[in-house]
Amino acid sequence: MTAVSQISPRVRRRGPRKKWTPGQIVLTAIGVLVSGVFTAPFVWAVFTSLKSETEAVAVPTHWVPQEWTIQAWQAIFETGNITNWFVNSVVVSVCVTFVVVLVGALAGYGFARTGFRGKNALLGLVMAGLMVSPAVLGVPLFTTVQSMGVVDTYWGMILPQCAPAAMVYILYKFFQGIPKELEEAAFIDGAGRWRVFFTIVLPLSRPPLAAVGIFTFIASWNNFLWPYMVTNNPDLMTMPNGIATVMNSYGIQWAQLMAGGLVAGLPLIIVFVFFQRQIVSGVAHTGLAGQ
Amino acid sequence: MSAVDTTLTPAVVRPVPAVYADSARVRLARGFQHGGWFVAPFLALFALFVLLPIGRGLWLSFTDANISGVGERFVGLDNYREALDDPLMWDSLGHSAYFTFLVVPCIVLLAFVLAVLAHHIERAKWLWRLCFFAPFLLPSTVAANLWQWLFNPGTGMINHVFGLETPWLTQKSTAMIAIVITTLWWTVGFSFLLFLAALQNIPRHLYEAAALDGANAWHRMVHITLPMLRNITGLVVTLQILASLQVFDQAVVMQDFGPGPEESTRTFVQFTLEEGFTAYRVGYASAISIIFFLIIAVVALGRMWLLRKREEGAR
Repeated sequence: MTAVSQISPRVRRRGPRKKWTPGQIVLTAIGVLVSGVFTAPFVWAVFTSLKSETEAVAVPTHWVPQEWTIQAWQAIFETGNITNWFVNSVVVSVCVTFVVVLVGALAGYGFARTGFRGKNALLGLVMAGLMVSPAVLGVPLFTTVQSMGVVDTYWGMILPQCAPAAMVYILYKFFQGIPKELEEAAFIDGAGRWRVFFTIVLPLSRPPLAAVGIFTFIASWNNFLWPYMVTNNPDLMTMPNGIATVMNSYGIQWAQLMAGGLVAGLPLIIVFVFFQRQIVSGVAHTGLAGQ
Repeated sequence: MSAVDTTLTPAVVRPVPAVYADSARVRLARGFQHGGWFVAPFLALFALFVLLPIGRGLWLSFTDANISGVGERFVGLDNYREALDDPLMWDSLGHSAYFTFLVVPCIVLLAFVLAVLAHHIERAKWLWRLCFFAPFLLPSTVAANLWQWLFNPGTGMINHVFGLETPWLTQKSTAMIAIVITTLWWTVGFSFLLFLAALQNIPRHLYEAAALDGANAWHRMVHITLPMLRNITGLVVTLQILASLQVFDQAVVMQDFGPGPEESTRTFVQFTLEEGFTAYRVGYASAISIIFFLIIAVVALGRMWLLRKREEGAR
């Protein structure tokens, strides 16, 4: 599926102004209603985070804080490890994304465009790897990582996230679609494979590489299960992990928990607002590649 | 001039670019052109973190290994025999299956409806996409905490808005439902985007032709939209089944890492991890993981088999 790039926030505008037909009025009303339901939890989180802890659990419940306060926000930054977790999340996600895009592009190209003995068998193996995730083989994966001695390290958190067969498969499919003539011309001029790969193939592949990168970054930023398994050290935890294990462990402070959740969740959502087109096509592209 | 040029005989004049002329360095570079070098970095990672764990898990599943990693003993099929007799395993498998059974139809239907809505509203398209997709960008634990708070019986918004007093997360009949609702809100955005992309790929001329023939909106939906979305629906269903069977994050976070009321929300992944990391029975946990892997493989291969059959039928 390559036509995904058609999704664009700028919709074809026919005519100067769109008419409010009865159908459009009804549809828009439903849209507003449903969007309200979808955004209500966010609003609730923001309001809760701006209440004092006592007001947050006061009965009867109310939406808007009676007394606005940023106590909870101050508290998480003063007492908790939240800045650590944030930095860890950034380090882990950036490293994972970088390695996955680089290694995935090389492998996708190797499988799509070079010939070597055993290629098809290896490709079959990679396809079989699509079915493995830390949720399925968590315990054996953990003991493997343990025997490498990298439990409770960045390496242990990052490397096991760097072998996603799905991303290789997506890029493999894409590289198969690039016309061979483009490369052949360069070969005749005496360029080697690596040169062709870096100067001709990669520049042509920006959209799928961006798609894979975006998808990997989201998945890695939000990954809870693997960091949860591989680290117990509060200084090494990533945002989702720290919030779920440390902030939940000693009597939940709801206002602080909501503030922490917003710190973990808002960066991606803000990025989404600005790069909506790229992210939408990135996610749709990676998803649709499964077809 | 180097010796290479003076020894030119017909035998060595090959139609290769000049850079391939033989010298130690160039020969090395040529060896480096081998396709294997491109896939090697990935294969190294893949071997270490996918193949090795599978092999290791398979070996450990025949032993009584514990978490320390020393002194394991071969016990044959004992772990598998025990697993098949273990009511806890069947219960947790049942919970994951029940969750999947509830989530998949709801999410597919909801994603489809949202996509049709976002596709047909002409104004502020970006806004609908943002609202429906944004929850997917939250970490699972944040979404789970948020809904744990919304479902809080005394001070949560849900009981307040609907005038209920339901102890959502602490009674067996509603605990899983609450997790399902959370999952719907959190993950529907992904399937929504897939449907939206598919809707936008349907050629407009089909609708225009149908409109000329006097088909109304309902007919166009049933005779054009739905058939054109058949493939994508199959894909969404498969992806959702695979993801839902592996449910873990929301369930444990909403139940404070416990098994839920009357142990009714312990999922299969949770059970594996409890056996491995809490009971330290790595061998047994590996056996369960292998069983789980087989279940996942059957679902994934089932989809491939269906696709192939359909392709053959189309020919």
